[in-house]
Amino acid sequence: MGHEECRAACLICMGLVLVLSIFVGFEVISKVPARLHTPLMSGSNAISGITLVGAIIAAGTAGSMLSIILGTLAVAFATVNVVGGYMVTDRMLKMFKPKTDKEKVCK
Amino acid sequence: MQITLVINLVYIASAIMFIYGLKLLTSPVTARKGNFISAVGMFLAVVVTLVNGGIIDYKWIALGIILGGLFGGFFARLVQMTQMPEMVALFNGFGGIASLLVGSATYHELGSYNLFIMTTLFLAVLIGGVTFSGSIIAWGKLSEVITGKPVLFFGQTFLNGSIFVVALMGGAFLIANPADGYLILIGIIILSLILGVLAVIPIGGADMPVVISLLNSYSGIAACAAGLAIENNILIVSGALVGASGIILTNVMCKAMNRSLYNVLFGGFGSVTRKSEAGFQGEVKPISPEDTYYILEAACSAVFVPGYGMAVAKAQHAVRELADLLEENGAEVRYAIHPVAGRMPGHMNVLLAEADVPYDKLIEMEEINRSIAGIDVCFVVGANDIVNPAAREDTNSSIFGMPIIEVDRSKTVIVLKRSMAPGFAGIDNSLFYKENTRMLFGDAKSSIEAVISQFKEV
Repeated sequence: MGHEECRAACLICMGLVLVLSIFVGFEVISKVPARLHTPLMSGSNAISGITLVGAIIAAGTAGSMLSIILGTLAVAFATVNVVGGYMVTDRMLKMFKPKTDKEKVCK
Repeated sequence: MQITLVINLVYIASAIMFIYGLKLLTSPVTARKGNFISAVGMFLAVVVTLVNGGIIDYKWIALGIILGGLFGGFFARLVQMTQMPEMVALFNGFGGIASLLVGSATYHELGSYNLFIMTTLFLAVLIGGVTFSGSIIAWGKLSEVITGKPVLFFGQTFLNGSIFVVALMGGAFLIANPADGYLILIGIIILSLILGVLAVIPIGGADMPVVISLLNSYSGIAACAAGLAIENNILIVSGALVGASGIILTNVMCKAMNRSLYNVLFGGFGSVTRKSEAGFQGEVKPISPEDTYYILEAACSAVFVPGYGMAVAKAQHAVRELADLLEENGAEVRYAIHPVAGRMPGHMNVLLAEADVPYDKLIEMEEINRSIAGIDVCFVVGANDIVNPAAREDTNSSIFGMPIIEVDRSKTVIVLKRSMAPGFAGIDNSLFYKENTRMLFGDAKSSIEAVISQFKEV
């Protein structure tokens, strides 16, 4: 396979990944109940911190000072999302408790 | 080759963990475990990138991670549950700016350009910029640094449209001439930031749940675009998941307000205070904490209907204390949660969970409406538009058709309210004039505490 064909295969593959992820996302997330929508948002905030992976590559492989600065800033912002997002989601979910007491009858 | 293979295998594992984590979020019983699994997936993706990503220099990365980690950690620990919407808004913005920065750094380092990379880079920068500045404005509105009222001016939609078109034209130019596009890229960044500000300022406080959801989605789409630009699968998958999540929530919020997304984004809802043309029958009947006590004491069933006012007054613990007293007294107590109550999706559920209210007592709107006619007392704490019968009765009302919690159909309604000022939608509430409604005026928290002390005196 020549370079051009390889490249086309790569693009198609990424397109496929994108489309499938969107479908899986809609399928899974539409089942999250309304009472968990806030943790869903903060949790997905944490997941969108995945840009950290791109930021690490950008900051760690940069050849110029400008890219290093941009990359480091990106690392910092994305880390806030990852660390803050997962921690605060955990803090919230810890508070969700089921009913424990018994049924009462009104006089 | 080997290294790329290992990295990509780990990325697949991370993607599975993110999806499985979200799946566990479908029940409160498993949600915490799901969040943990998702976090492990993130940890793996980051570690494998650090170890095998061809990193030359670690010290800058370490600096960024330490700074970001400290800030994020402190924030997550210190933030109050009532401030959750602000925090999520701010974090959406951080996600956006991170994508913008990754896009810019990648452009700076590019050796060879092609159409695909330049297009996705442009999208990452544009969407990232809009997400960032839009989220900062949303954060400002939520924390009341800037006015929560819609800011409208003549030709606003036209101006926004023009800026958007110019940004797109800049993008086309950048894609066509990637080698000397520096100034163009900077121009696009500036335009995207302006666009974010202009897009959010016309949106009123009550519509913030929609805006936060939408910006949440944008932050995912920006990450996704950055992933396409640097050809990284895990960014594509995660970005798409977050994008989908945000869009679903946006849709839920719009439906709960019976409004289209277009109307929310461009309508300037709540900018004018409108009086109902019909005028209201009946009069407002104030009630004292003491009389409130007598009504509650005699009730067999009570439903609390919380709104944003409960968050403002930080009254969730007082509500729970009163609910406990009612239960001891033999009443069945539940909480009715409207999907757009508060400033973000699920806001009320988190506040009540913080006050140790078990989640099975939090009832969704449709379910409570089915049995609301048999409820002795509905206790409305800082909610207004979501219980306004005008949504059902007044065809002239701007909220006509919006699904509401139909408290007016219950036997008695007690409304906790600071004053007779209209709600966020800027419309009068006919509920306050109904025969079976009593108004308990004052700060929500002190009013409830006054009722509690009545209970304790006896």
